[in-house]
Amino acid sequence: MAHSGISILFEGQNFHRLLAGFGVTLRVAVIVLLIGGALGVVLGALRTLNRRWLQVLLRGYLEVFRIVPTVVLLFVVYYIVPQAFGLNLSGEAVAIVTFALWTAAEMSDIVRGALIAVPRHQLEAAEALGLDRTQQFRYVLLPQALPIALPGTINLATRIIKTTSLLLMISVMDIVNVGQTLVEANAHKHPAFAFWVYGTMFVMYYVLCAPLSWWAKHTEKKRLEVANG
Amino acid sequence: MKKMTRLLSTLAVTATALLALAGCGQNQSSNADTVAQIKKAGEIKIAVFGDLQPYGWIDQSGKRVGYDLTLARKLAKDLGVKAKFVQVNADGRVDALKAGKVDLVLANFTVTPDRKEVVDFAKPYMQVSVGVVSKKTAPVTKVSQLAGKDVIVTKGTTAEQYFTEKQKAVTLQKYDSKTQQFNALKNDRAAALADDNSYLYAWVKNNPTYTVGIKTLGPSSYIAPAVKKGNKALLKWVNQEITKLNGNGFFKTDYEQTLAPYFGRDIQPEDIIITK
Repeated sequence: MAHSGISILFEGQNFHRLLAGFGVTLRVAVIVLLIGGALGVVLGALRTLNRRWLQVLLRGYLEVFRIVPTVVLLFVVYYIVPQAFGLNLSGEAVAIVTFALWTAAEMSDIVRGALIAVPRHQLEAAEALGLDRTQQFRYVLLPQALPIALPGTINLATRIIKTTSLLLMISVMDIVNVGQTLVEANAHKHPAFAFWVYGTMFVMYYVLCAPLSWWAKHTEKKRLEVANG
Repeated sequence: MKKMTRLLSTLAVTATALLALAGCGQNQSSNADTVAQIKKAGEIKIAVFGDLQPYGWIDQSGKRVGYDLTLARKLAKDLGVKAKFVQVNADGRVDALKAGKVDLVLANFTVTPDRKEVVDFAKPYMQVSVGVVSKKTAPVTKVSQLAGKDVIVTKGTTAEQYFTEKQKAVTLQKYDSKTQQFNALKNDRAAALADDNSYLYAWVKNNPTYTVGIKTLGPSSYIAPAVKKGNKALLKWVNQEITKLNGNGFFKTDYEQTLAPYFGRDIQPEDIIITK
Protein backbone atom coordinates (compact mmCIF):
# COMPACT_ATOMS: atom_id res chain seq x y z
CA MET A 1 0.00 0.00 0.00
CA ALA A 2 2.78 2.38 0.92
CA HIS A 3 4.13 2.68 -2.60
CA SER A 4 0.70 3.66 -3.93
CA GLY A 5 0.81 6.53 -1.48
CA ILE A 6 4.10 8.01 -2.58
CA SER A 7 3.16 7.96 -6.27
CA ILE A 8 0.17 10.21 -5.55
CA LEU A 9 2.56 12.79 -4.19
CA PHE A 10 3.87 13.30 -7.71
CA GLU A 11 0.56 13.07 -9.58
CA GLY A 12 -1.01 16.14 -11.12
CA GLN A 13 -0.18 19.36 -9.31
CA ASN A 14 0.18 17.73 -5.90
CA PHE A 15 3.90 18.13 -5.30
CA HIS A 16 3.94 21.52 -6.93
CA ARG A 17 1.20 22.63 -4.53
CA LEU A 18 3.12 21.39 -1.51
CA LEU A 19 6.15 23.33 -2.69
CA ALA A 20 4.01 26.42 -3.22
CA GLY A 21 2.70 26.01 0.33
CA PHE A 22 6.25 25.73 1.58
CA GLY A 23 7.05 28.91 -0.35
CA VAL A 24 4.28 30.73 1.52
CA THR A 25 5.64 29.43 4.84
CA LEU A 26 9.14 30.56 3.92
CA ARG A 27 8.06 33.96 2.61
CA VAL A 28 6.09 34.78 5.75
CA ALA A 29 8.91 33.61 8.02
CA VAL A 30 11.58 35.64 6.23
CA ILE A 31 9.55 38.87 6.07
CA VAL A 32 8.56 38.47 9.71
CA LEU A 33 12.15 37.94 10.76
CA LEU A 34 13.33 41.03 8.84
CA ILE A 35 10.62 43.39 10.10
CA GLY A 36 10.28 41.93 13.60
CA GLY A 37 14.04 41.61 13.98
CA ALA A 38 14.73 45.22 13.05
CA LEU A 39 11.95 46.50 15.29
CA GLY A 40 13.15 44.24 18.09
CA VAL A 41 16.71 45.60 17.92
CA VAL A 42 15.42 49.15 18.27
CA LEU A 43 13.09 48.26 21.13
CA GLY A 44 15.80 46.21 22.84
CA ALA A 45 18.23 49.13 22.68
CA LEU A 46 15.53 51.46 24.04
CA ARG A 47 14.98 49.10 26.95
CA THR A 48 18.56 49.59 28.15
CA LEU A 49 17.97 53.34 28.49
CA ASN A 50 17.19 54.75 31.90
CA ARG A 51 13.67 55.99 31.27
CA ARG A 52 11.14 54.58 33.69
CA TRP A 53 7.97 55.12 31.59
CA LEU A 54 9.67 53.62 28.53
CA GLN A 55 10.75 50.59 30.55
CA VAL A 56 7.22 49.99 31.82
CA LEU A 57 5.71 50.46 28.36
CA LEU A 58 8.11 48.13 26.56
CA ARG A 59 8.04 45.59 29.35
CA GLY A 60 4.24 45.56 29.16
CA TYR A 61 4.42 45.07 25.39
CA LEU A 62 6.79 42.14 25.82
CA GLU A 63 4.66 40.50 28.50
CA VAL A 64 1.44 40.80 26.51
CA PHE A 65 2.95 39.22 23.42
CA ARG A 66 4.71 36.55 25.44
CA ILE A 67 1.73 35.57 27.59
CA VAL A 68 -1.10 35.70 25.04
CA PRO A 69 -0.88 32.62 22.78
CA THR A 70 0.09 33.45 19.22
CA VAL A 71 -3.07 31.86 17.84
CA VAL A 72 -5.20 34.23 19.95
CA LEU A 73 -3.24 37.19 18.61
CA LEU A 74 -3.86 35.93 15.08
CA PHE A 75 -7.60 35.64 15.68
CA VAL A 76 -7.79 39.10 17.22
CA VAL A 77 -6.03 40.72 14.27
CA TYR A 78 -7.80 38.60 11.63
CA TYR A 79 -11.37 38.67 12.97
CA ILE A 80 -11.76 41.38 15.63
CA VAL A 81 -9.73 44.23 14.16
CA PRO A 82 -11.75 44.32 10.89
CA GLN A 83 -15.00 44.53 12.87
CA ALA A 84 -13.61 47.24 15.10
CA PHE A 85 -11.78 49.45 12.58
CA GLY A 86 -12.91 48.24 9.18
CA LEU A 87 -9.25 47.52 8.51
CA ASN A 88 -9.42 44.36 6.45
CA LEU A 89 -6.09 42.75 5.65
CA SER A 90 -5.50 39.49 3.81
CA GLY A 91 -4.64 36.43 5.86
CA GLU A 92 -1.00 36.65 4.90
CA ALA A 93 -0.73 40.34 5.77
CA VAL A 94 -2.38 39.65 9.14
CA ALA A 95 0.11 36.86 9.74
CA ILE A 96 3.05 39.11 8.93
CA VAL A 97 1.87 41.98 11.12
CA THR A 98 1.02 39.76 14.09
CA PHE A 99 4.11 37.61 13.89
CA ALA A 100 6.35 40.64 13.37
CA LEU A 101 4.96 42.25 16.54
CA TRP A 102 5.45 39.02 18.44
CA THR A 103 8.97 38.57 17.02
CA ALA A 104 9.85 42.17 17.90
CA ALA A 105 8.79 41.54 21.50
CA GLU A 106 10.90 38.40 21.80
CA MET A 107 13.77 39.99 19.91
CA SER A 108 13.78 43.05 22.17
CA ASP A 109 14.40 40.80 25.14
CA ILE A 110 17.27 39.01 23.41
CA VAL A 111 18.87 42.32 22.41
CA ARG A 112 18.39 43.87 25.83
CA GLY A 113 19.91 40.80 27.47
CA ALA A 114 22.88 40.89 25.11
CA LEU A 115 23.49 44.60 25.64
CA ILE A 116 23.47 44.44 29.43
CA ALA A 117 25.61 41.29 29.35
CA VAL A 118 28.55 43.34 28.08
CA PRO A 119 30.59 44.11 31.23
CA ARG A 120 30.15 47.62 32.55
CA HIS A 121 33.87 48.33 32.72
CA GLN A 122 34.06 48.00 28.94
CA LEU A 123 31.84 51.05 28.56
CA GLU A 124 33.66 52.90 31.31
CA ALA A 125 36.97 52.20 29.58
CA ALA A 126 35.51 53.45 26.30
CA GLU A 127 34.36 56.62 28.00
CA ALA A 128 37.79 57.08 29.54
CA LEU A 129 39.25 56.82 26.04
CA GLY A 130 37.03 59.71 25.01
CA LEU A 131 34.54 57.88 22.78
CA ASP A 132 31.14 59.55 22.54
CA ARG A 133 27.92 57.62 23.07
CA THR A 134 27.46 56.66 19.41
CA GLN A 135 31.05 55.51 19.19
CA GLN A 136 30.71 53.56 22.41
CA PHE A 137 27.67 51.81 20.94
CA ARG A 138 29.22 51.24 17.53
CA TYR A 139 32.75 50.14 18.50
CA VAL A 140 32.42 48.66 21.97
CA LEU A 141 28.88 47.59 22.77
CA LEU A 142 27.70 46.24 19.43
CA PRO A 143 30.69 44.02 18.53
CA GLN A 144 30.49 42.34 21.92
CA ALA A 145 26.69 42.13 22.14
CA LEU A 146 26.17 40.64 18.67
CA PRO A 147 27.75 37.24 19.35
CA ILE A 148 25.72 37.00 22.56
CA ALA A 149 22.47 37.79 20.75
CA LEU A 150 23.09 35.57 17.73
CA PRO A 151 22.23 32.10 19.11
CA GLY A 152 18.99 33.37 20.65
CA THR A 153 18.07 35.10 17.40
CA ILE A 154 18.65 31.97 15.33
CA ASN A 155 16.55 29.94 17.75
CA LEU A 156 13.83 32.57 17.46
CA ALA A 157 13.97 32.14 13.67
CA THR A 158 13.31 28.41 13.95
CA ARG A 159 10.43 29.14 16.32
CA ILE A 160 8.94 31.56 13.80
CA ILE A 161 9.19 28.99 11.03
CA LYS A 162 7.45 26.37 13.13
CA THR A 163 4.78 28.75 14.39
CA THR A 164 3.72 29.54 10.80
CA SER A 165 1.85 26.23 10.96
CA LEU A 166 -0.84 28.22 12.80
CA LEU A 167 -1.56 30.11 9.59
CA LEU A 168 -4.02 27.46 8.48
CA MET A 169 -6.35 28.86 11.16
CA ILE A 170 -6.68 32.13 9.25
CA SER A 171 -7.16 30.77 5.74
CA VAL A 172 -3.54 31.11 4.60
CA MET A 173 -2.57 28.28 2.26
CA ASP A 174 0.70 27.43 4.00
CA ILE A 175 2.33 24.01 3.73
CA VAL A 176 0.27 22.44 6.53
CA ASN A 177 -3.00 23.70 5.08
CA VAL A 178 -2.12 22.45 1.60
CA GLY A 179 -0.97 19.16 3.10
CA GLN A 180 -4.28 18.63 4.87
CA THR A 181 -6.29 19.27 1.71
CA LEU A 182 -4.06 16.79 -0.12
CA VAL A 183 -4.51 14.16 2.59
CA GLU A 184 -8.25 14.67 2.63
CA ALA A 185 -8.64 14.54 -1.14
CA ASN A 186 -6.95 11.14 -1.23
CA ALA A 187 -7.60 9.71 2.22
CA HIS A 188 -10.56 7.59 1.15
CA LYS A 189 -8.78 5.61 -1.53
CA HIS A 190 -5.21 5.79 -0.24
CA PRO A 191 -5.04 6.08 3.55
CA ALA A 192 -1.25 5.56 3.44
CA PHE A 193 -0.89 8.80 1.49
CA ALA A 194 -1.19 10.84 4.70
CA PHE A 195 2.10 9.33 5.84
CA TRP A 196 3.88 10.62 2.74
CA VAL A 197 2.38 14.08 2.94
CA TYR A 198 3.27 14.54 6.59
CA GLY A 199 6.64 12.90 5.89
CA THR A 200 7.34 15.45 3.16
CA MET A 201 6.32 18.28 5.47
CA PHE A 202 8.64 16.87 8.13
CA VAL A 203 11.56 16.79 5.70
CA MET A 204 10.88 20.33 4.48
CA TYR A 205 10.67 21.78 7.99
CA TYR A 206 13.71 19.77 9.01
CA VAL A 207 15.84 20.92 6.08
CA LEU A 208 14.99 24.48 7.01
CA CYS A 209 15.31 24.32 10.78
CA ALA A 210 18.07 21.79 11.43
CA PRO A 211 20.90 23.87 9.89
CA LEU A 212 19.68 26.92 11.81
CA SER A 213 19.63 24.94 15.01
CA TRP A 214 23.13 23.62 14.33
CA TRP A 215 24.34 27.13 13.52
CA ALA A 216 22.94 28.47 16.81
CA LYS A 217 24.72 25.74 18.78
CA HIS A 218 27.93 26.33 16.86
CA THR A 219 27.99 30.11 17.38
CA GLU A 220 27.21 29.72 21.07
CA LYS A 221 30.08 27.29 21.48
CA LYS A 222 32.44 29.56 19.59
CA ARG A 223 31.41 32.57 21.63
CA LEU A 224 32.03 30.74 24.89
CA GLU A 225 35.43 29.62 23.63
CA VAL A 226 36.34 33.20 22.79
CA ALA A 227 34.91 34.57 26.03
CA ASN A 228 36.45 32.01 28.34
CA GLY A 229 39.65 31.39 26.46
CA MET B 1 4.41 41.88 44.33
CA LYS B 2 5.02 45.23 42.75
CA LYS B 3 5.98 43.55 39.51
CA MET B 4 2.81 41.48 39.61
CA THR B 5 0.61 44.53 40.13
CA ARG B 6 2.25 46.31 37.23
CA LEU B 7 1.77 43.31 35.01
CA LEU B 8 -1.89 42.99 35.92
CA SER B 9 -2.56 46.66 35.30
CA THR B 10 -0.88 46.38 31.88
CA LEU B 11 -3.10 43.47 30.99
CA ALA B 12 -6.19 45.23 32.26
CA VAL B 13 -5.45 48.33 30.20
CA THR B 14 -4.86 46.25 27.08
CA ALA B 15 -8.05 44.27 27.56
CA THR B 16 -10.09 47.42 28.12
CA ALA B 17 -8.63 49.01 25.00
CA LEU B 18 -9.51 45.95 22.92
CA LEU B 19 -13.07 45.85 24.26
CA ALA B 20 -13.52 49.55 23.59
CA LEU B 21 -12.30 49.07 20.05
CA ALA B 22 -14.57 46.08 19.50
CA GLY B 23 -17.55 48.10 20.72
CA CYS B 24 -17.30 50.93 18.23
CA GLY B 25 -17.40 48.80 15.13
CA GLN B 26 -21.09 47.96 14.90
CA ASN B 27 -22.10 50.63 12.44
CA GLN B 28 -22.75 48.45 9.42
CA SER B 29 -25.28 50.00 7.10
CA SER B 30 -27.81 47.35 6.19
CA ASN B 31 -29.41 49.18 3.30
CA ALA B 32 -26.35 49.33 1.08
CA ASP B 33 -26.77 47.63 -2.27
CA THR B 34 -24.21 44.94 -1.64
CA VAL B 35 -25.06 43.10 -4.84
CA ALA B 36 -24.17 46.19 -6.86
CA GLN B 37 -20.94 46.51 -4.88
CA ILE B 38 -19.99 42.91 -5.66
CA LYS B 39 -20.77 43.44 -9.34
CA LYS B 40 -18.68 46.58 -9.33
CA ALA B 41 -15.76 44.78 -7.65
CA GLY B 42 -16.08 42.04 -10.26
CA GLU B 43 -15.68 39.24 -7.73
CA ILE B 44 -17.59 37.58 -4.94
CA LYS B 45 -15.61 36.22 -2.00
CA ILE B 46 -16.96 32.85 -0.93
CA ALA B 47 -15.89 30.84 2.11
CA VAL B 48 -15.54 27.14 1.27
CA PHE B 49 -14.07 24.01 2.81
CA GLY B 50 -10.87 22.62 1.34
CA ASP B 51 -10.78 19.28 3.11
CA LEU B 52 -14.31 17.94 2.91
CA GLN B 53 -14.84 15.49 0.13
CA PRO B 54 -17.24 15.52 -1.71
CA TYR B 55 -18.63 18.96 -0.72
CA GLY B 56 -15.60 21.20 -0.84
CA TRP B 57 -12.13 19.82 -1.59
CA ILE B 58 -9.21 20.19 -3.99
CA ASP B 59 -8.57 17.72 -6.79
CA GLN B 60 -5.28 16.60 -8.25
CA SER B 61 -4.97 19.48 -10.66
CA GLY B 62 -5.29 21.87 -7.72
CA LYS B 63 -8.86 22.85 -8.61
CA ARG B 64 -11.47 23.36 -5.93
CA VAL B 65 -14.37 20.97 -6.57
CA GLY B 66 -17.43 19.50 -4.86
CA TYR B 67 -21.15 20.02 -4.35
CA ASP B 68 -20.71 23.40 -2.67
CA LEU B 69 -18.13 24.50 -5.21
CA THR B 70 -20.37 23.71 -8.19
CA LEU B 71 -23.08 25.81 -6.57
CA ALA B 72 -20.61 28.58 -5.74
CA ARG B 73 -19.40 28.82 -9.34
CA LYS B 74 -22.98 28.80 -10.61
CA LEU B 75 -23.91 31.67 -8.29
CA ALA B 76 -20.87 33.69 -9.34
CA LYS B 77 -21.61 33.02 -13.00
CA ASP B 78 -25.24 34.07 -12.71
CA LEU B 79 -24.15 37.18 -10.84
CA GLY B 80 -21.72 37.91 -13.67
CA VAL B 81 -18.62 38.03 -11.47
CA LYS B 82 -15.59 35.93 -10.66
CA ALA B 83 -15.64 33.68 -7.60
CA LYS B 84 -12.79 34.15 -5.15
CA PHE B 85 -12.56 31.27 -2.71
CA VAL B 86 -11.38 31.61 0.87
CA GLN B 87 -10.71 28.31 2.57
CA VAL B 88 -12.13 28.10 6.09
CA ASN B 89 -12.44 25.59 8.92
CA ALA B 90 -15.80 24.87 10.51
CA ASP B 91 -15.31 27.28 13.40
CA GLY B 92 -14.09 30.09 11.15
CA ARG B 93 -17.29 30.39 9.10
CA VAL B 94 -19.23 32.84 11.28
CA ASP B 95 -16.24 35.06 11.97
CA ALA B 96 -15.26 35.14 8.31
CA LEU B 97 -18.66 36.72 7.57
CA LYS B 98 -18.68 39.02 10.60
CA ALA B 99 -15.20 40.32 9.82
CA GLY B 100 -16.12 40.87 6.16
CA LYS B 101 -13.51 38.39 4.97
CA VAL B 102 -16.13 36.87 2.67
CA ASP B 103 -19.49 37.87 1.16
CA LEU B 104 -21.01 34.41 1.27
CA VAL B 105 -20.43 31.11 3.06
CA LEU B 106 -21.00 27.93 1.05
CA ALA B 107 -19.26 25.49 3.36
CA ASN B 108 -21.82 22.90 4.35
CA PHE B 109 -23.22 25.43 6.80
CA THR B 110 -26.05 23.96 8.88
CA VAL B 111 -28.80 26.37 9.95
CA THR B 112 -29.13 26.61 13.75
CA PRO B 113 -30.98 29.09 15.99
CA ASP B 114 -27.69 30.28 17.50
CA ARG B 115 -26.12 30.90 14.13
CA LYS B 116 -29.25 32.66 12.90
CA GLU B 117 -28.59 35.33 15.50
CA VAL B 118 -25.17 36.13 14.10
CA VAL B 119 -25.54 35.52 10.35
CA ASP B 120 -28.40 35.54 7.85
CA PHE B 121 -29.18 32.26 6.12
CA ALA B 122 -30.64 32.06 2.65
CA LYS B 123 -32.98 29.29 1.47
CA PRO B 124 -31.51 25.85 2.25
CA TYR B 125 -30.14 23.61 -0.49
CA MET B 126 -29.54 20.43 1.51
CA GLN B 127 -30.96 18.62 4.53
CA VAL B 128 -29.03 16.55 7.04
CA SER B 129 -29.09 15.42 10.63
CA VAL B 130 -26.47 14.30 13.11
CA GLY B 131 -25.34 10.70 12.70
CA VAL B 132 -22.95 8.53 14.67
CA VAL B 133 -20.30 6.34 13.09
CA SER B 134 -18.59 3.49 14.90
CA LYS B 135 -16.69 0.28 14.21
CA LYS B 136 -18.70 -2.53 12.66
CA THR B 137 -17.27 -4.85 15.27
CA ALA B 138 -18.57 -2.64 18.10
CA PRO B 139 -21.49 -0.77 16.54
CA VAL B 140 -23.24 2.02 18.37
CA THR B 141 -26.91 1.91 17.42
CA LYS B 142 -28.50 3.76 20.32
CA VAL B 143 -27.31 6.99 21.87
CA SER B 144 -27.72 5.46 25.33
CA GLN B 145 -24.75 3.19 24.53
CA LEU B 146 -22.52 6.25 24.58
CA ALA B 147 -23.13 7.26 28.20
CA GLY B 148 -19.80 7.71 29.94
CA LYS B 149 -17.87 7.09 26.74
CA ASP B 150 -15.81 9.35 24.50
CA VAL B 151 -17.26 10.69 21.26
CA ILE B 152 -15.25 12.57 18.63
CA VAL B 153 -16.58 15.81 17.14
CA THR B 154 -15.19 18.79 15.23
CA LYS B 155 -15.35 22.15 16.98
CA GLY B 156 -18.09 24.43 15.74
CA THR B 157 -20.24 21.69 14.17
CA THR B 158 -23.89 20.84 14.74
CA ALA B 159 -22.82 17.54 16.26
CA GLU B 160 -20.70 19.28 18.89
CA GLN B 161 -23.61 21.51 19.81
CA TYR B 162 -26.15 18.68 19.94
CA PHE B 163 -24.02 16.53 22.24
CA THR B 164 -23.04 19.44 24.47
CA GLU B 165 -26.67 20.45 25.01
CA LYS B 166 -28.63 17.22 24.82
CA GLN B 167 -26.26 14.38 25.71
CA LYS B 168 -24.43 15.51 28.80
CA ALA B 169 -23.50 11.97 29.84
CA VAL B 170 -21.17 11.75 26.84
CA THR B 171 -17.56 12.93 27.01
CA LEU B 172 -16.60 14.91 23.92
CA GLN B 173 -13.22 14.90 22.23
CA LYS B 174 -13.07 18.06 20.15
CA TYR B 175 -10.88 18.48 17.08
CA ASP B 176 -10.09 21.39 14.80
CA SER B 177 -10.59 19.80 11.40
CA LYS B 178 -12.28 16.92 9.63
CA THR B 179 -8.85 15.47 8.91
CA GLN B 180 -8.05 15.29 12.59
CA GLN B 181 -11.39 13.90 13.70
CA PHE B 182 -11.40 10.98 11.27
CA ASN B 183 -7.77 10.19 12.08
CA ALA B 184 -8.67 10.15 15.77
CA LEU B 185 -11.46 7.65 15.11
CA LYS B 186 -9.16 5.41 13.08
CA ASN B 187 -6.62 5.53 15.89
CA ASP B 188 -9.31 4.28 18.30
CA ARG B 189 -9.27 7.40 20.43
CA ALA B 190 -12.99 7.07 21.15
CA ALA B 191 -15.98 4.74 20.87
CA ALA B 192 -17.64 6.72 18.10
CA LEU B 193 -17.63 9.89 16.02
CA ALA B 194 -20.60 12.22 15.54
CA ASP B 195 -21.04 14.52 12.57
CA ASP B 196 -23.63 15.35 9.91
CA ASN B 197 -24.91 12.05 8.50
CA SER B 198 -24.20 13.21 4.96
CA TYR B 199 -20.44 13.17 5.60
CA LEU B 200 -20.65 9.88 7.38
CA TYR B 201 -22.50 8.13 4.52
CA ALA B 202 -19.66 9.14 2.26
CA TRP B 203 -16.93 8.29 4.72
CA VAL B 204 -18.13 4.74 5.48
CA LYS B 205 -18.37 3.95 1.80
CA ASN B 206 -14.58 4.20 1.73
CA ASN B 207 -14.01 2.89 5.22
CA PRO B 208 -16.11 -0.26 5.13
CA THR B 209 -15.00 -1.49 8.56
CA TYR B 210 -17.09 1.33 10.04
CA THR B 211 -20.85 1.80 10.03
CA VAL B 212 -23.29 4.65 10.55
CA GLY B 213 -25.02 2.90 13.46
CA ILE B 214 -27.22 5.88 14.25
CA LYS B 215 -28.46 7.51 11.03
CA THR B 216 -30.45 10.37 12.50
CA LEU B 217 -30.15 11.91 15.92
CA GLY B 218 -32.05 14.95 17.07
CA PRO B 219 -34.01 17.13 14.67
CA SER B 220 -33.36 17.24 10.94
CA SER B 221 -31.46 20.32 9.94
CA TYR B 222 -30.81 22.30 6.80
CA ILE B 223 -27.75 23.44 4.98
CA ALA B 224 -27.93 26.89 3.48
CA PRO B 225 -25.80 29.68 2.10
CA ALA B 226 -25.11 32.39 4.67
CA VAL B 227 -24.41 36.09 4.36
CA LYS B 228 -23.36 38.70 6.89
CA LYS B 229 -26.13 39.72 9.29
CA GLY B 230 -28.11 42.53 7.69
CA ASN B 231 -26.78 42.04 4.16
CA LYS B 232 -30.32 42.17 2.76
CA ALA B 233 -29.54 42.78 -0.89
CA LEU B 234 -27.28 39.77 -1.27
CA LEU B 235 -29.63 37.60 0.81
CA LYS B 236 -32.55 38.46 -1.45
CA TRP B 237 -30.53 37.76 -4.57
CA VAL B 238 -29.31 34.37 -3.26
CA ASN B 239 -32.87 33.38 -2.29
CA GLN B 240 -34.16 34.16 -5.78
CA GLU B 241 -31.27 32.26 -7.28
CA ILE B 242 -31.86 29.13 -5.16
CA THR B 243 -35.55 29.16 -6.13
CA LYS B 244 -34.57 29.44 -9.77
CA LEU B 245 -32.00 26.63 -9.50
CA ASN B 246 -34.53 24.39 -7.76
CA GLY B 247 -36.90 25.02 -10.64
CA ASN B 248 -34.47 23.98 -13.35
CA GLY B 249 -33.14 20.86 -11.62
CA PHE B 250 -29.67 22.25 -11.00
CA PHE B 251 -29.29 20.59 -7.62
CA LYS B 252 -30.18 17.15 -8.93
CA THR B 253 -27.50 17.48 -11.62
CA ASP B 254 -25.05 18.78 -9.01
CA TYR B 255 -25.89 15.77 -6.81
CA GLU B 256 -25.42 13.28 -9.65
CA GLN B 257 -22.07 14.79 -10.60
CA THR B 258 -20.47 15.47 -7.25
CA LEU B 259 -22.20 13.45 -4.54
CA ALA B 260 -23.60 10.27 -6.10
CA PRO B 261 -20.17 8.69 -6.74
CA TYR B 262 -19.39 9.00 -3.03
CA PHE B 263 -22.59 7.70 -1.46
CA GLY B 264 -23.81 4.15 -1.23
CA ARG B 265 -26.65 3.08 -3.51
CA ASP B 266 -29.10 3.13 -0.62
CA ILE B 267 -28.92 6.92 -0.54
CA GLN B 268 -31.26 8.81 -2.88
CA PRO B 269 -30.82 12.39 -4.12
CA GLU B 270 -34.01 13.28 -2.25
CA ASP B 271 -32.40 12.15 1.03
CA ILE B 272 -30.03 15.05 0.74
CA ILE B 273 -31.16 17.72 -1.68
CA ILE B 274 -34.26 19.83 -1.40
CA THR B 275 -36.39 19.75 -4.50
CA LYS B 276 -39.16 22.13 -3.55
